[in-house]
Amino acid sequence: MASENVLNLDDSSFTDTISSSDEPVLVDFWAEWCGPCKMISPIMDEIADEQVGTLKIAKVNIDDAQGTALQNEVMSIPTMILFKGGEPVKKIIGAKPKEAIMDEIAEFI
Amino acid sequence: MADNVRNVVIIGSGPAGLTAAIYAARASLEPLVLEGEPSSTSDQPGGQLMLTTDVENFPGFPEGIMGPELMINFRTQAARFGAQIETVKASKVDLSERPFKIWVGDPEAAEPTYLAKSVIVSTGAQSLMLNLDRETELIGHGVSTCATCDGFFFRDHEIAVVGGGDSALEEASFLTKFASKVYVVVRRDELRASQIMQDRAHANPKIEFVWNTKVIEYLGDSKLTGVKTQSTVDDSISELPVTGLFIAIGHKPNTGLFEGQLDMKDNGYLQATPGRTATNIEGVFASGDVQDDYYRQAITAAGSGCAAALEAERWLEEQGEH
Repeated sequence: MASENVLNLDDSSFTDTISSSDEPVLVDFWAEWCGPCKMISPIMDEIADEQVGTLKIAKVNIDDAQGTALQNEVMSIPTMILFKGGEPVKKIIGAKPKEAIMDEIAEFI
Repeated sequence: MADNVRNVVIIGSGPAGLTAAIYAARASLEPLVLEGEPSSTSDQPGGQLMLTTDVENFPGFPEGIMGPELMINFRTQAARFGAQIETVKASKVDLSERPFKIWVGDPEAAEPTYLAKSVIVSTGAQSLMLNLDRETELIGHGVSTCATCDGFFFRDHEIAVVGGGDSALEEASFLTKFASKVYVVVRRDELRASQIMQDRAHANPKIEFVWNTKVIEYLGDSKLTGVKTQSTVDDSISELPVTGLFIAIGHKPNTGLFEGQLDMKDNGYLQATPGRTATNIEGVFASGDVQDDYYRQAITAAGSGCAAALEAERWLEEQGEH
């Protein structure tokens, strides 16, 4: 089951949520039809549950939020972008193991 | 730290590995599957089908099924019969003595992670790359090995596919759903693809073939803006202004773990006993694309995974181990 600590964002909620968050937000851009995205989904759930209070996890379904995907120059999924103070600070392209994802964002959280 | 010896450890989780797991689990062998780690290449849990969309030729699904969904079904079925599936990648194996030793994580660790009475190798194959300058950094910025992951982002763009086999033409056909034009860059003046795929591609008005041509350079700084190509006939250089390049030039077997241990064919695929899955090492079996340089289909991989599990079961019985 999807974690209740994961936010689902769309074109209308994305900017407000990202810029008003006190914690950094790791956004997972995904789609139903993307195989590697399915591997990332449970990892995002785990990170969300483990990092409550230090890091927020959000998901953007690019079929529903094409504007947000375009605006963030997403050209491949899964892409994960870490936002801090509303600004993108790290972009991770492609599915990776959890440890590798955490290593890449460790310096920002 | 390995505290018990597993009956059978299956390395890989495509159609071969998971079919082996279903059979081994139903034979009460309590198989352990090392399914690999998430990645966006075909070298990931579920294997090459995780990067496809519709699978139309897998029997039992008259309307077709999505590749990732099919593989999740395989996995659920294996788990239902008690296969233990770990999302880790084997980093080293030692098949020189029994029980066989398998490491995950640090390959230099003194103690192996798992010990196994028998091993089924089903590590599959992964996409070949062009190995041009800046290829790695441009993946996700125009260069792609996964049409299903990335095609969406090239709506109304002109893009290219490199390759002349079935997977190249499948990708090209799929990409015409999004792109305004898909060039297919082929080194020769003919295709390796099956006739049905060729007919489909030739009938598609968005597909244009670029014959006798190879890609030699990526153009663009942070994003791909085109590729430099060279004629294989007269060496003349051209540019193709495309924002996306999809690489589908074939696969290489994932055999790195077994070099110097398992016999390989000249082309690098594992050499199994003809008509069987047994390898040169007793108790080690090879199934799926890692040993198949000829059929390379999900259904043949699944068939050989079944064969490997049956052979492993019989071999364990002969050893008085099961």
